[in-house]
Amino acid sequence: MKYLSEYRDPVLAQKVIENIKKISHTPVNLMEVCGTHTVAISKNGIRQVMPKTVTLLSGPGCPVCVTANEDIDKAIWLARQSGVILATFGDMMKVPGSYSSLSAEKAEGVDIRVVYSTLDALQIADDNPDKKVIFFGVGFETTSPTIALSILEARKRGLKNYSVLARHKLIPPAMAALLSLGEVKLHGFICPGHVSTIIGSKPYKFIAEEHGIPCVISGFEPLDVLQTIYMLVRQAENGEARVEVQYKRSVRSEGNTTALKILDEVFEVCDADWRGIGIIPNSGFKLKEDYSDFDADKIFDVEVPPPKDDPPGCSCGEILRGVKFPYQCKLFGKACTPERPIGPCMVSSEGACAAYYRYGTG
Amino acid sequence: MCLGIPAKIVKIDERQIAEIEIGGIIRKASLQLVPEAKVGDYVIAHAGFAIQILDEKEAQETLKLLEAFSEIPE
Repeated sequence: MKYLSEYRDPVLAQKVIENIKKISHTPVNLMEVCGTHTVAISKNGIRQVMPKTVTLLSGPGCPVCVTANEDIDKAIWLARQSGVILATFGDMMKVPGSYSSLSAEKAEGVDIRVVYSTLDALQIADDNPDKKVIFFGVGFETTSPTIALSILEARKRGLKNYSVLARHKLIPPAMAALLSLGEVKLHGFICPGHVSTIIGSKPYKFIAEEHGIPCVISGFEPLDVLQTIYMLVRQAENGEARVEVQYKRSVRSEGNTTALKILDEVFEVCDADWRGIGIIPNSGFKLKEDYSDFDADKIFDVEVPPPKDDPPGCSCGEILRGVKFPYQCKLFGKACTPERPIGPCMVSSEGACAAYYRYGTG
Repeated sequence: MCLGIPAKIVKIDERQIAEIEIGGIIRKASLQLVPEAKVGDYVIAHAGFAIQILDEKEAQETLKLLEAFSEIPE
């Protein structure tokens, strides 16, 4: 398939691996901050072919995994209200909140619908004028424009029964927060390809310049990731810290200006609560005042009991911060498996634990 | 969740909804985030929306750069 198969050439991949080995002398910790990269690295066995000097760590890059218990509790509370249909992406269904999950609630008869796109949620609102349809919006900068568009579209169509519980998160502030915590020494970031397709390369500049950490925006095929690692190792070996784009076929330096304009129209930056990290200043999106008639937080007076911590023994928080590898959690592969997940990193298909469990812990 | 795979636009209707082909399967995607997209373009599709048109020239240059690795003497 065009744009896929040519980036999977095993002979070329071997050459890139050899070149990484040739130039890598000093040990480096490189972190991928996108769940899709975690899966790509695991699925293609990239960890196993790295020289001893290169350690790959998984960061907080799965939107499902970083959604705080309290926010899942709020979505469940909303779904239980009479006359409400809650719509969300499939990945969110099984993630445990403090007391329940959306899939457990659905099994109890609560009207929760899985949608592929926000446009499907709008259709549900169109088809059910006597119900209030709430979209539980999670995701990073890749997904946020699609939610913003649904709000613009709802206003255009005059839909009065559609609203969004917006819990969108922004990646660059989370990267900076990890560096400030100082728990893990990092020498480079494998930056997310599709988040950067929307935001461009400029928002990472402060990480390279102020924190001195090399950043390379990467595609998702094996050759993309290998080339990115080569570029990061090269920067680290040369004592440089710049933002480079490996995934040039999709990422423009200015990002997707249409999407950015739509985001700016509907959302404003706010503090956000990240599972495993806590509140990170300016790391989320909320609806602007002008769109408060579509803001579920404003329309409904949500009251949930205080959230519970993660289940005993669950290391998801430390895994999301790159402090622990999934296999260092005592529940991993024993009490916690994809069939019976305990923590969100095992629930989500893009979670680090699920990727390590499925493709090996090497 | 942020998964996006290259898909070819085969048809566009008047509401900017495209039929896109991914590995022989046809799906629908809104082109509201890439209004300049046309039939024959490859786009990255994510959660029912095309989020970017792939740049053929840049794709070729990345591959050329990768191939250059093979020419580094042993």
